[in-house]
Amino acid sequence: MMATFTGNDTNMGAGLKRYPTKPLDCWKKAKELRQRYYEQYAAPGKLRWAGSAWALDPIPAGLGEDVVHLTGEPYAAAIAFNKDFAVRCQEAAEAHGWARDLCAYFRTYIGGMFLDEYAFGGKYPKPDFCFTGHICCTHGKWYELVSEYKKVPYVAIDVGVGASGDLNANKIDYVVNQAHEAIEYLSKATGREYRDDLLIEACKNLFRSTSTWAKVCCLNKNIPAPLDEKSMHSLYVLGTLDRTDKEFADFYDEVLEEVKDRVAQGIAAIPVERCRLMTDSQPPWYFLHFYRYLEQFGAVSVGSFYVNTLEGAWEDKPDGTWGARTTPMEKGIEIRTRDQALRLLAEWELSRPQWQTFYDPQLKTDLLIRMAKEWSLKGFILHYNRGCEGTSSGIAENRLGLMKAGIPVMTYEANMGDEREFDEPRTLARIDSFMESLGFPKQ
Amino acid sequence: MSVVDRFANWWANRHEYAKEWKARTGGKVLGYFCTYMPEEMIIGAGILPVRILGSHEPQDVTEPYIFGMFCPFCRDCLAQGLKGRFDYLDGISIAQSCLHIRQSYTSWKLHVPVDYSYYLCMPHHVQSPSAKPFYRGELEAFKKSLEEWTGKPITDQDLNRGIQIMNRNRQLMRQVYEYRKQPNPPITGLEAMQIVISSQMVDKEEHSRALEELLAELPDRKLNRNTGARLMLVGSEDDDTEFLKMVESVGTTVVVDEHCTGTRYFWDDVVPNTDSLYAIAARYVDRTPCPTKDWPERRRFPRILQFAKDYGVQGAIIIQQKFCDPHEADIPPLTAYLKEHGIPTLFLEFDVTVPVGQFRIRVEAFLETLSQEDLF
Repeated sequence: MMATFTGNDTNMGAGLKRYPTKPLDCWKKAKELRQRYYEQYAAPGKLRWAGSAWALDPIPAGLGEDVVHLTGEPYAAAIAFNKDFAVRCQEAAEAHGWARDLCAYFRTYIGGMFLDEYAFGGKYPKPDFCFTGHICCTHGKWYELVSEYKKVPYVAIDVGVGASGDLNANKIDYVVNQAHEAIEYLSKATGREYRDDLLIEACKNLFRSTSTWAKVCCLNKNIPAPLDEKSMHSLYVLGTLDRTDKEFADFYDEVLEEVKDRVAQGIAAIPVERCRLMTDSQPPWYFLHFYRYLEQFGAVSVGSFYVNTLEGAWEDKPDGTWGARTTPMEKGIEIRTRDQALRLLAEWELSRPQWQTFYDPQLKTDLLIRMAKEWSLKGFILHYNRGCEGTSSGIAENRLGLMKAGIPVMTYEANMGDEREFDEPRTLARIDSFMESLGFPKQ
Repeated sequence: MSVVDRFANWWANRHEYAKEWKARTGGKVLGYFCTYMPEEMIIGAGILPVRILGSHEPQDVTEPYIFGMFCPFCRDCLAQGLKGRFDYLDGISIAQSCLHIRQSYTSWKLHVPVDYSYYLCMPHHVQSPSAKPFYRGELEAFKKSLEEWTGKPITDQDLNRGIQIMNRNRQLMRQVYEYRKQPNPPITGLEAMQIVISSQMVDKEEHSRALEELLAELPDRKLNRNTGARLMLVGSEDDDTEFLKMVESVGTTVVVDEHCTGTRYFWDDVVPNTDSLYAIAARYVDRTPCPTKDWPERRRFPRILQFAKDYGVQGAIIIQQKFCDPHEADIPPLTAYLKEHGIPTLFLEFDVTVPVGQFRIRVEAFLETLSQEDLF
């Protein structure tokens, strides 16, 4: 079964073709934006909120132009890259009684809070309020704890209303009504008059940045791929930080133009692209050299279900391909009212491919098969991620579904944020075996 | 067979019961995975609701389908389907709760043939004013789906009958629990657990008749045992009768519980309303929440404390299915909360099977800490 799927052949039997490659011009700016984001959150005089990267973040944006926030998952991922601090955070969480198998981001985050340390210097900056979305078992509980510990107001929105194919007025109304309740609550809690113009602007930026990110991902359908997954993680993260900010949305436009230019000039992510792969789930952030290891086989991961869809907005295109979602602005829709903005936002967010996996693994399997075909993949590497029950939910079924479709698949077990649960030599040995079975020995 | 033994027998022979019920009535049997399932509607549709629970046997059949980081309970449940133990089910359904048990449902749907399956979107944000109207809407869709499946309309009269049957059973179980407040309860924790579990898989009217028989006996029932320390069981799904038998063999009586094969399942009634679907929705939104739905405020904790006070509890055993994220997210603050209110706790992590010998030592050590004041 596994040998029946070949995808589009790339450089097989034709010697080792070498593509031109060069670093991304936008790299420096991506780093600067990220650094500034974390510094701004810690700076005094701002209205701070703490919450999930999956929150409907245009909502607090309406509280004023000085609103800043700290999204917990990318923050904890940043800590995971700092091995010593990560372990101290996890041990602090455990010392307070929190189970070691809980979400790694949650444990890292609360550990840092208990230690009263901020990964970017100084003390953990106390938020003025907490705001999150809830779809897995963790987010609602995560910020319940933060709000209790820091004694700050907290509001959350349940977005677990079923798969996008089942969306109806009742489900959208529920999310929109909670959004209205959240606005009322936050206005009272902060003593601020809510500004619909800022909400609308934030929604537009979100629609634009998430659609643009999907366009960037689509460019990786080209051979050679202009980006590898490791680089994509450094870019997608900006969407997880602040996709509602104009500067971030504008930056994605710049990224798109640069990647288009790389495609036009045939500039590849890596010089030898013999084998195109994708992964799934957050990578172990302390193991990003995994992507460099793949290069020894002439293999490149051209994305992942996670990196493509977490902050990417997608739709079926008339030619049958999967592409960037058309924004309300591109459709000529003028957003005039709070309710209209919230409805568009709810419908947009509830259609996120990443969220469909919470309801039925088959939905994700179908998308993985589609990605394998459209991105010309030779196989998938699935991370059985002990650190995230959300992205690991149904992953064993995804493996079976890919195998049934004849798509080679390898799995490895790790934890996105807790290196103590990782066996690197074993994982590398599995990669060796997988690449050998695909017919790509080390160069 | 005594009426108490009848409950235990129903639990032990649940599959035989369901098959016999099906043969006797010609009705359909629907397996469900979580106690947020509105059984009122299923009963109103003339269907037997049966909760899918595990068997507490080591198994090796679920590994390809559910990653091993998810709770043993959800994998044990799926194992029952893969092994064909529930081959009499006509359909399955789940009311949205945790990601763990949800995978039992989705993998069952993929690998165990059934005629009917339905994913019911029970809201998580039960503290939102929008939760009840939303869930009412979802119940409306579920009702239509059940009607299409059975080929019969579900009338308001049917729904009200379902409500009445469920409420009667709940009221009777609360009456049984009332006896557990006595200094020497005429019913053990093990017997109480068997009563509640059996109610999740037996025709509710038949179960209620048995409860009435039991209630007639309880005033004169005497147990030939010492009550010992009065304990409470709190936590994840728990149908481990062997564990409970051990706990009550070392000088204790479990006098009340807060888990989903106990009070969290049956404690709250449907408050009648002219809109029956709304009334049902309101009941499930307002019931004692599973931790996964207990935010932004922890409303579950005061109820646990109230139970502890009402039943004269001296200590609480907090049990948690291994890897159960929702309960793991409640246990540290719950432990602190109970301690703050003078309730000592013992934490135990459960798997499909539990090390009864080791747990016995830990329970005995816990009992010693409870009696320290007597020593000094």
